[in-house]
Amino acid sequence: MLQRSSPAVAKAHVTQPLDPERRYDVLVIGGGNAALCAAISARRSGASVLVLEAAAHFYRGGNTRHTRNMRCAHDSATEILTGPYTEDEFWEDLKRVTQGHTDEELARYMIAESKDMLTWIVDQGVRFQPSLGGTLSLGRTNSFFLGGGRAMLNALYLTAERLGVEVRYDAEVIELEIENGMFLSATVKEASGTSTVRAAALVAASGGFEANIEWLKQGWGEIAENFLIRGTPYNRGTILRMLLDHQVKQIGDVTQCHAVAIDARAPKFDGGIITRLDCVIYGIVVNNQCQRFYDEGEDIWPKRYAIWGRLVAAQPDQIAYIIFDARSLELFMPSLFPPIRADSIEELATLLELDPAKLAETVSRFNAAVQPGTFDPDNPDDCATAGIRPAKTHWAREIDVGPFYAYPVRPGITFTYLGVKVNKEARMIMADGKQAVNMFAAGEIMAGNVLGQGYAAGIGMTIGSVFGRAAGRGAAKYARN
Amino acid sequence: MHATSALTEADRLMTVCNSCRYCEGICAVFPAMEMRRAFSDGDLNYLANLCHSCGACYYDCQFSPPHEFNVNVPQVLAQVRSESYEAYAWPQFLSGSFQRNGLVISIVAALSVAAFVIGFVLFRDTSVLFGAHNGPGAFYKLMPHNEMAALFGAAFLYAIVAISMGVRNFWRDIGEPAGTLVQGSSLWQAIKDASTLRYLDGGGVGCMNEDEKPTDKRRLYHHFTFYGFMLCFASTSAATVYHYLGREAPYPWYDLPVVLGTLGGLGLIVGPIGLLREKFRRDPVLQDGKKYGMDVAFLAMLFMTSLTGMALLLLRATPAMGLTLALHIGIVFALFITMPYGKFVHGFYRFVALVRYAKERREL
Ligand SMILES: Cc1cc2nc3c(=O)[nH]c(=O)nc-3n(C[C@H](O)[C@H](O)[C@H](O)COP(=O)(O)OP(=O)(O)OC[C@H]3O[C@@H](n4cnc5c(N)ncnc54)[C@H](O)[C@@H]3O)c2cc1C
Ligand code: SF4
Ligand code: SF4
Repeated sequence: MLQRSSPAVAKAHVTQPLDPERRYDVLVIGGGNAALCAAISARRSGASVLVLEAAAHFYRGGNTRHTRNMRCAHDSATEILTGPYTEDEFWEDLKRVTQGHTDEELARYMIAESKDMLTWIVDQGVRFQPSLGGTLSLGRTNSFFLGGGRAMLNALYLTAERLGVEVRYDAEVIELEIENGMFLSATVKEASGTSTVRAAALVAASGGFEANIEWLKQGWGEIAENFLIRGTPYNRGTILRMLLDHQVKQIGDVTQCHAVAIDARAPKFDGGIITRLDCVIYGIVVNNQCQRFYDEGEDIWPKRYAIWGRLVAAQPDQIAYIIFDARSLELFMPSLFPPIRADSIEELATLLELDPAKLAETVSRFNAAVQPGTFDPDNPDDCATAGIRPAKTHWAREIDVGPFYAYPVRPGITFTYLGVKVNKEARMIMADGKQAVNMFAAGEIMAGNVLGQGYAAGIGMTIGSVFGRAAGRGAAKYARN
Repeated sequence: MHATSALTEADRLMTVCNSCRYCEGICAVFPAMEMRRAFSDGDLNYLANLCHSCGACYYDCQFSPPHEFNVNVPQVLAQVRSESYEAYAWPQFLSGSFQRNGLVISIVAALSVAAFVIGFVLFRDTSVLFGAHNGPGAFYKLMPHNEMAALFGAAFLYAIVAISMGVRNFWRDIGEPAGTLVQGSSLWQAIKDASTLRYLDGGGVGCMNEDEKPTDKRRLYHHFTFYGFMLCFASTSAATVYHYLGREAPYPWYDLPVVLGTLGGLGLIVGPIGLLREKFRRDPVLQDGKKYGMDVAFLAMLFMTSLTGMALLLLRATPAMGLTLALHIGIVFALFITMPYGKFVHGFYRFVALVRYAKERREL
């Protein structure tokens, strides 16, 4: 239903061959939010800047293309934000979601800098919108990009271009020459062949490695085969690997990432935001043995949204099914793929290739455990179960009004946290604890400095913008001295 | 099931967009979409006519081609929109004129001009046709005012009736009660939105036309065209009033009908040229290729109306006046009678769609 034959092809972008004699002040690897913020800030600091983006023009900007908002501290309500969000509150939130797995000094620095981002990013042409219908009750803490992440990128690219930043697409960096913490040159592969680029300083802003299933397997084992990757196939972590191999200090571990449960029918890569499902709280979630495995009503979505990826990853075959009835069908945002529908639970099980008797039993046991209460779709209510494990602590209603519905879900990896260690300047730290001479990192590639685990919506862009700007500034300063 | 493949595709896209909603701040289409969970033909026709074709949601979309989700809202809504003109046309047997619309309009225009030339030749002496006329009533030596008024009045009336019937068909199809069209606040909101082309601005930065850079000037050119047209309309109305007050055309250059007509005429020259230029530059992926002729024909007719009107102003004291007049009123006549069967109708459907949107917003 979703595909149509031969999509019209976007315009080709012609580029001149690279000048082998040229030495840039700053080389930026990557083409997303972090890369563009770095490129713009380096250029504004007077440096000559080259951006190498592995993706084609249309796919430029990695996972940033899929984003919608960023989280910035602010002291009062604005046109786009419904109330104040102080630095302290931001810090408390971050401490809570990461359970303390964060570098306080860097995190506090990022939060302080995030205040200024609200105006800086607008000065670079990005526009925000007032929070509206689909904004997931984040209207106070998060600023939403008008038109989404790709619109945001279009604005940043336009600004970069106007400032004279040179951008090359279809330009994957395949090798870095680094000596004792000093970047010397990069080898770039383009359609016309490979060439060497020299620059006085390097900003690595090439994202995480979530599209590199082999790497994910090192932490997760074979089950990573069954993960869906929500964003760009270009984030394979090749630059991150090279940096680690050149003795840059690693931060975080390979299993830490943002993972949610998304529609199992989503494409392997790049399905983006629209494959999310926000109906877990209204039904029950069973694995392919027809067993429930976690309290579906623990907390309101989206707060608990980010735990379901891991929960489903721990189930057999990394698949689970959200089961609900006709009463809940219109309580949540419409989905991309329609739910699977049947007139009875047994029939639904058959469509899902589950054991009908087992599913019927799980549902009826759940139904029998539901206690009376007052259902409130928007707030944690007093509808709970008694006498079953796991309990469902809110929004527990019998699943008994046909037709019955199901969504199959799989773990969808958003982005990874393992990265390179940096300081406040966004300068890389080497394995021996020394500062790198001329190498900076921003965005997903260093997100683990702030996010040891967990996630708070919109923080990916905050990390990219704050450290991107700092990296650009630092790299330009180094290059011009 | 939907009536056409364009509607089926529009349904698919609205389902994708409704689960995304990133574009909700850009224009009216997305908030209107969010008020629905499923999309009937009528809903889709409503959304398609709300769309101003600013192009922003194509370049801002992470799923536009070559992404496998192949989301191209501007193009598909343009297709649905032009199909809807055809479906609502009154009387229905003339709906075919939307197919090969460029050709149809050219033929009607040519026939109309020819008819006036032949009429002048048959019914007036050639000496009158090629003579130089001066002073009040000069035009009416070629065609008496009452004949002209009756002919154009009838053509105009016909256009109004046919367009109204089309709007009625649209209104029924989208399932909106008649009462909405007389709701003062909704009407006023729609007048403001339409007269400023609020949704032809790419959500604030400007429209996109050739690529993702918001360099499009269609909004400006559309203002020239629309207000030019309105000024010409005001000029004709003023002249009609003058006539019945006993002051006959042609009027001196400083008189109200000529001043309005000249300003309007300039708008109708600059505007359509600008719009045509933007049209030729437009990224083909945004366009409904099949309807190129319709858009071009409409702009060309407006341009010709103005050009011949200006020529008439310049040549009115020379022997070329007779033929120029035939040319001008031939074009205007053709413009009138083809109004219900060409791009002209877009303004009406879009306006009433905005009225409904204003109501829906208020009731939210
Ligand atoms: C569906 C989805 C929704 C999201 N929504 C949000 C949100 O609303 N808010 C939020 O804060 N975060 C969100 N995120 C997370 C966010 O996308 C990331 O945190 C952010 O994009 C990271 O920015 P970045 O610039 O570091 O990396 P990216 O934007 O991923 O950019 C990395 C770039 O590096 C390029 N690259 C990789 N390797 C090479 C190489 N060898 N040579 C050259 N170039 C290379 C890639 O092509 C890419 O352009 C979302 C993620 C997904 C998948
Ligand atoms: S056009 Fe694309 S980005 Fe915009 S709402 Fe639709 S799917 Fe989302
Ligand atoms: S083309 Fe412009 S007006 Fe039409 S739906 Fe897209 S954003 Fe809205």
